[in-house]
Amino acid sequence: MNLDSKIPSGHISEKWTNHQFESKLVNPANRRKFSVIVVGTGLAGASASASLAELGYNVKTLCIHDSPRRAHSIAAQGGINAAKNYQNDGDSVYRLFYDTIKGGDFRAREANVHRLAENSVKIIDHCVALGVPFAREYGGLLANRSFGGAQVSRTFYARGQTGQQLLLGAYSAMMRQVDAKKVELLNFREMLDLVLVDGKARGVICRNVLTGEIESHAADAVILATGGYGNVFYLSTNAKWSNATAIWRAHKRGAAFGNPCFTQIHPTCIPVSGDYQSKLTLMSESLRNDGRVWVPKNGTDARSPDLIPEDERDYYLERIYPSFGNLAPRDIASRAAKFVCDEGRGVGNTKLAVYLDFAAAIKRDGRPVIEGKYGNLFQMYEKITGENPYKVPMRIYPAVHYTMGGLWVDYNLQSTIPGLHVLGEANFSDHGANRLGASALMQGLSDGYFVIPTTLANYLGSTKLDKVDVSHQAFKDARAGVEQGISRMMNIKGGKTADELHRKLGKLMWDNCGMARNEQSLNKLLEEIPKLRDEFWNDLRIPGDAATLNQELERAGRVADFIELGELMARDALERRESCGGHFRTEFQTQDNEAQRDDEKFCHVAAWEYQGEGKAAKRNTEALNFEYVKLATRSYK
Amino acid sequence: MAGNNNSRTMRINLKVWRQQNEKVQGNLVDYTLDSVSPDMSFLEMFDVLNEQLVKKGEEPVAFAHDCREGICGSCAMVIDGEPHGPQTGTTTCQLHMRSFSDGDTIVVEPFRAKAFPVVKDLVTNRTALDRIQAAGGYVTVSTGNAPDGNAIPISKEIADLAMDAAACIQCGACVAACRNGSAMLFVSAKVSQLALLPQGQAERDRRVSRMVWQMDEEDFGSCTNMGSCAAACPKEIKVENIARINREYAHAMLFGRVSERVSDE
Ligand SMILES: Cc1cc2nc3c(=O)[nH]c(=O)nc-3n(C[C@H](O)[C@H](O)[C@H](O)COP(=O)(O)OP(=O)(O)OC[C@H]3O[C@@H](n4cnc5c(N)ncnc54)[C@H](O)[C@@H]3O)c2cc1C
Ligand code: FES
Repeated sequence: MNLDSKIPSGHISEKWTNHQFESKLVNPANRRKFSVIVVGTGLAGASASASLAELGYNVKTLCIHDSPRRAHSIAAQGGINAAKNYQNDGDSVYRLFYDTIKGGDFRAREANVHRLAENSVKIIDHCVALGVPFAREYGGLLANRSFGGAQVSRTFYARGQTGQQLLLGAYSAMMRQVDAKKVELLNFREMLDLVLVDGKARGVICRNVLTGEIESHAADAVILATGGYGNVFYLSTNAKWSNATAIWRAHKRGAAFGNPCFTQIHPTCIPVSGDYQSKLTLMSESLRNDGRVWVPKNGTDARSPDLIPEDERDYYLERIYPSFGNLAPRDIASRAAKFVCDEGRGVGNTKLAVYLDFAAAIKRDGRPVIEGKYGNLFQMYEKITGENPYKVPMRIYPAVHYTMGGLWVDYNLQSTIPGLHVLGEANFSDHGANRLGASALMQGLSDGYFVIPTTLANYLGSTKLDKVDVSHQAFKDARAGVEQGISRMMNIKGGKTADELHRKLGKLMWDNCGMARNEQSLNKLLEEIPKLRDEFWNDLRIPGDAATLNQELERAGRVADFIELGELMARDALERRESCGGHFRTEFQTQDNEAQRDDEKFCHVAAWEYQGEGKAAKRNTEALNFEYVKLATRSYK
Repeated sequence: MAGNNNSRTMRINLKVWRQQNEKVQGNLVDYTLDSVSPDMSFLEMFDVLNEQLVKKGEEPVAFAHDCREGICGSCAMVIDGEPHGPQTGTTTCQLHMRSFSDGDTIVVEPFRAKAFPVVKDLVTNRTALDRIQAAGGYVTVSTGNAPDGNAIPISKEIADLAMDAAACIQCGACVAACRNGSAMLFVSAKVSQLALLPQGQAERDRRVSRMVWQMDEEDFGSCTNMGSCAAACPKEIKVENIARINREYAHAMLFGRVSERVSDE
C-alpha cells in the first residue's frame, strides 16, 4: 500500500503557502461542471459544503437528521483554540503547533499540525463575520479562557455552547448555499456504501430513513465528514446517532484506517448511574479553569465533602503536576483519576468518581462570576444528578469522548482511495495519540473552510474523470450489496436487541481496551469479539419492516460495523507495544506511572488495510519525522 | 450513583401515541413499566420500554433524539399536554423521572402542528423550519473575506443579548405550544441575533422580510401574542424577540428595498 503523505517541501512555516500556490486550480467557469458529495453536516461537513458551493462547485450534502444543525458538533461545549495572542501572553502559531504536537505525544504529522495552527487565526475571523456571538469583554473585544495542555489563554468560546454557535455559523453559511441552489440538501439520508469506479470514489449508496428507499448518488468526488467512532464503547459523550458506518464501509472499499486504537478518555464526565444508562454527559474541560480536582487522602473517609478539612484532601493533579495543575492534558488527568480510584480513594456510592470543587472559586470571585462562565453546565449537572454544584462539589469520572484515529489521509486530506477525502474527526490526521481540548472544533473548521477548497481543486484539476452516472454497474452492485445486508439482518429474527448487543460490545471494549490495556486484556478481547459477532448474526431481532422508518434497523447496521471496528482497535492496540497519549499499555510505563513511548519502534502511524471478509487486516506504517519539535518525553510537572 | 434514589423504583403508566405513518390514524396505547428509576431520563425510560417491545416482537416506539444533552433539538415529545413536559427550561431528553411519582399516568404525544406532519409515532417532520433558515437566516459572507475578529468591537451587553437569542435549538416546542401553530418565536430568535450584531446590519431588511414570507408560505399559523411559545421553550427564549422582529419587519416595510415576495431570485 502506498502511504505517500505528500507533505510539501520547504520550511514548516512555508509549506502550506507553497502548497496553495503549487496546487492546481479549477477556473470559476469550470467549477460548475464538477459535483461533490459531502456526507455529514457537523462542523467539517457543513463548512466544506458551504465553502465549496461558494466557489461554484455543485454540492450534494447528505444529512442523517431532519436538519443539518442537529449534527453531533452542536454538543461541543468549551471552546475553540486560535493563536491570536490577543491576551499578549506569548502565544503564536508556532506555540500552538508546538503544544499540539507535544500534547499528541509525538504521534501526529508536523506539517498538518502547523497548517492547523496557521488556519486557526482565520477561523475566528470568519466565524465572527458569520455572526457567531463569541464571549466578549466589556470593552467589546473577544474574551479567552485556558484549556488543558497549554500555558496561554487562547480558547474562544460562546458560553458553554461553543460547538452550537460554531455549527450554527457553518450551517447558516451552508443554508445560504441551499438558498442559492448550489447545495442540494438530502436530509434523512444515511450513507451505507461508497462506490468506486476505476479505483476512484465516484458516489455513495444511502438509505432514506423515512421511506427505507435505497438510493444511489454519483459525483466527481466524495467527502466524508461523518465524525468519530467513540460509540464503539456504547457509553460515551458522543451523540447517540454518531457512528462509524460511513468510514467503516469506505475502509472495506480500500481506505486505510489510521491508528484505530487512539481513543480519548475525557477526565470530567458525569459518572454512570445505572444499567439503563444510555450515554454519558461531559462536563467541559473549561471547568478546570476554576474547579479543583480532589479525593480524600484516606480512602475510608466517608464524610460528606464539606466536612473533610483541607489537610485531609488530596488535590492530586496540583500535587503531581504543579506547573499545569488542574489543567494537565486529558489523558494524564484521566489516568490520574483512575489511579486514585483504583487505590480505593474514589468517592460516591460506586467509588468510581472524584470531586471537582468550585468552593474556592466561588469564594474568590463570587457566584455571579462563576455562573456567568459556566451557568449552563452547572444547570445541566443539576438536571442530571439532582445535586446543586454551587453547594456540593461535582462528582466526575473519565469517559470515552473522542477518537484520534480515523481514516488515513495525506496532506491533501485524501484517503488511500483517490477522490475520497475525509475531514474532521473522521480522519486520523492532526491530534496524534491525544487531542488537546478545544482543538477538534478548530480542526473541523480548518479542514472544511480552508483546506479542502484548495486540495479538492488540486484533485479535480489534475485527474482525468470519465463521465459516470448511477446506471454504471458499480452502483448497481453496491446497491444490491446494501439491500442484501439489510434483508440478512431483518431475517435473523432472533431474540436480542441491537442495543443489548451494543452494550455488551461496549463493556468488553471498556474493560479490555479502555483507559489501560495490556497484552492479556487485548488477547481476551480478540477472543470475545468474534463470539459477539456470531451472536449478532444469529440472534438479532429487528421488528417491523425495512421500507419505513425503522430505528432498530438503523441501530443494528451501526452495531454490526462497530463490532468489526472494535476488533481492529484491539489488534492495533495489541501491535502498538508502547504507551503514548491516550493509548496506555500497562506493560509500558515509567516508574511514576507515566506513558512510556518507544520512538525507536513506534514513531509511526499504523494504517490498516482491509483484506477481505474473515481475513486479518494488514498493518502498514507511515514513518513520522520530527524536524522542528524535538522528540522528548512529555512532562507536565 | 448520581442522586440518592437508587433503591426506590416507580411504577409508571404510559399512554403513548402510536401511528404507523402520515396517512393512517393514530391512537394512544397503554403501557406499564414496573421498575423505573428516578435517576433515569425520560428517554431512558423509553429505551427500557422499547427493549421490552422488541423482545416481544412488537415494533418499538419511534422517537427522535441524538445528543441527549438538551442541545441538538431532536427530541420532541408532548408530555401530559406540554411540549417537553412539566419542568421549565428543560428538553425531553433532560427531563428525569424524579420529576414524576410512583403510580403516575403520563400521556406522551408528538409535537403537533399543521407544519409538522407525523412521520411515525412520536417523530414528526420539522424541515419547514430549515426552509425558513435558508430564506435568510445568515450573513452573506464567503469564506476568506473576513477582517480581524477584533476589528469591530461589540459591547458585552449586545453580544450577550445576541447569544441569548442564538441559544434557540430549533426543536419546534414553540410551534407545538402555540394554539395557532405559529413559528414566530423561532423566527424572531434568528432575526434578533443577527439584527443585534453589526455583522447582520447590511441584510437586515431583506432577511426579516424573506424569513417572514417563507414562514407564511409554510403551514404555520399567525402570531397573536399569547406567549405560550416562550413558556414552553426549553431554552427560555424570550418574547421580547417577537417585539424586535415586529420592529424589524416594520422597518423593512417602511425603508427596505425588498418589495416583492420572491423567495427565489
Ligand atoms: C460533549 C462533547 C463536547 C465537546 N467539546 C469540544 C470543545 O469544547 N472543543 C473542541 O474543540 N471539541 C469538542 N468536542 C469534540 C468535537 O465536538 C468533535 O470532534 C467535532 O465536533 C467533530 O466534528 P465533525 O464535523 O468531524 O463530526 P460530527 O459533528 O460528529 O458530524 C458528523 C455527522 O455525520 C453523521 N453521520 C455519521 N455517519 C453517517 C452516515 N453514514 N451517513 C450520514 N451521516 C452520518 C453523524 O450523525 C454526525 O451528525 C466535544 C465533543 C463532545 C462529544
Ligand atoms: S436529544 Fe438533543 S436536545 Fe434532546
